[in-house]
Amino acid sequence: MLDNMAGSKRQKMIRITLFYLFVVVVLAVVLFPFFWMILASFKKNADILNVDKLFSFVPTFKNYVSVFVDYDFFKPLTNSFIISFVSTMLALLLGLPAAYAIGRSRMHLFSGIILMIRIVPAISFLVPWYLLFTKLKLTGTYTWLIIYHLIVSLPTIIWIMIPYFESIPRDLEEAAKIDGASNMGTFCRIMMPLSTPGTLTAGILAFIFSWNNFTFALILCSSRTTTLPIAIYQFISYSNVYWGGIMAASVIITMPIIIISFFLQRHIITGLTAGAVKG
Amino acid sequence: MNRIGKWLDQRLHYVFTIPTILFVLGMVLFPIIYTFVLSFHSWRLSANIPWEFVGLQNYVKLFSESRFPVAVFRTFLFAFLALFVEVILGISIALYLNRTFFGKNLVKTAFLLPMVATPVAIGMVWKLIYEPNIGILNAVIRGMGGPKMDWLGNTGIALYSLIAVDIWQWTPFVMLIILAGLTSIPTDPFESAMIDGANRWQTLTRITLPLLRPTIFTAVLLRLIDALKTFDIIYSMTQGGPGFATETMNILSFRQAFEFMQFGQSGATLVLFFLVVMSIAAITIKLKSKTEVDF
Repeated sequence: MLDNMAGSKRQKMIRITLFYLFVVVVLAVVLFPFFWMILASFKKNADILNVDKLFSFVPTFKNYVSVFVDYDFFKPLTNSFIISFVSTMLALLLGLPAAYAIGRSRMHLFSGIILMIRIVPAISFLVPWYLLFTKLKLTGTYTWLIIYHLIVSLPTIIWIMIPYFESIPRDLEEAAKIDGASNMGTFCRIMMPLSTPGTLTAGILAFIFSWNNFTFALILCSSRTTTLPIAIYQFISYSNVYWGGIMAASVIITMPIIIISFFLQRHIITGLTAGAVKG
Repeated sequence: MNRIGKWLDQRLHYVFTIPTILFVLGMVLFPIIYTFVLSFHSWRLSANIPWEFVGLQNYVKLFSESRFPVAVFRTFLFAFLALFVEVILGISIALYLNRTFFGKNLVKTAFLLPMVATPVAIGMVWKLIYEPNIGILNAVIRGMGGPKMDWLGNTGIALYSLIAVDIWQWTPFVMLIILAGLTSIPTDPFESAMIDGANRWQTLTRITLPLLRPTIFTAVLLRLIDALKTFDIIYSMTQGGPGFATETMNILSFRQAFEFMQFGQSGATLVLFFLVVMSIAAITIKLKSKTEVDF
């Protein structure tokens, strides 16, 4: 009897050890490219090109300095920030009321159209606007890039917020209406404060998608309004690939997102899986 | 409150949606119609030469050359192979991790990173990992006595190397959705199954997976649409090359428009691409509603 118990205890230990071993292996696979990115960003280019120095090298900050000094990364960094931030704010301004109205008044056609935007390939939005912009010489203005990024951020926000507003019970609005509040007043003073967590989720995701956007900026930005993803992409078009610089630039562009993810993990997961769990 | 204010307030759901409707009409619907019309014309971005109506010629031309049908095949191969592996892996890992354990939140955060990190940056790191001469992947293979591989330069392997990146990037997405779904399924069926003496495998295949089916379908739907449309990773790593080896429909339409300035051709590709994504999404939604009737 005692033997048996000790045996099952050992079995349990083995099972737990195997489980954590599995977790570590999965984590290693998921995180390795990030680790490699950071490691390479601190290597001299000669060390990256030398296979014998995969792990033993003298760390250097030169790549980061060079990215800002030689390649003028401040400009795309600020451009990216301004464009993503302003377009997210605009998308919230337009999207929150729209999502509320769609969710409450059951405008199904409308939510169908929002889903359509997800389905249509982004390049079919690009061709006509590119043609029009070149004709009107509008390519590369901030205003248009910001409006363009709304194509990404506005559906994201509406998509996340419709189920969120639907999940808030109607009783609260009805009570407010009985007390004589207008529809506008109910929305501003009751629904908005109640939906702060949802708004935060939607806002973060819209910002991330806009920050990451490559396709639109690839065609529509000028040298003045280059965003970060384009600036990184342009690195590889130089004849000698400057890997150290590319990796430093990649760290710079992903760092804000990694930091946001650490602090707001729960929000991002609910946002990304929105609509999925409800079935 | 004045009368206009009151009148507007009673129609607030219109007031709230009109700006968005206008935006959608202008920025989304107009381009789609424009692309559709463009696909029946020949035009090469020149102010002097007007559009020329060519009927179905752009479409006929697409099917008369092998480049387009092969791109269609590649689009399907990329999306379905990646999706298949992601769903199997994602579900298995989620089922295994579905318990409370030390560091679970940290693990979830780590799983978030591949899908929220900037795709171009991801593409660049993988390009470095895949690099035939200095990449770590070949260094490891060499260490084990294997041959030197040109992961992105070999026309036979390049597409699969990109699929591997997609799997790395999106398996965590499937996993997180399934994990969230697992917490929302009821516990009673499991209790009765245990009383009835069902073993683990029976519980999994007869209860857990059927209950998860709607969640799995949604994950498949979302992932499938995005996988068919994959652009950033492919374009930043190979630009559709070497040759046409990694050219999916999305990349093809982009190259036709912005490398060769064949906007009519690109329009035709886009219209067909849209139809493909649309019908696959519709089929998935149909299948999903069918499975829901069962319960």
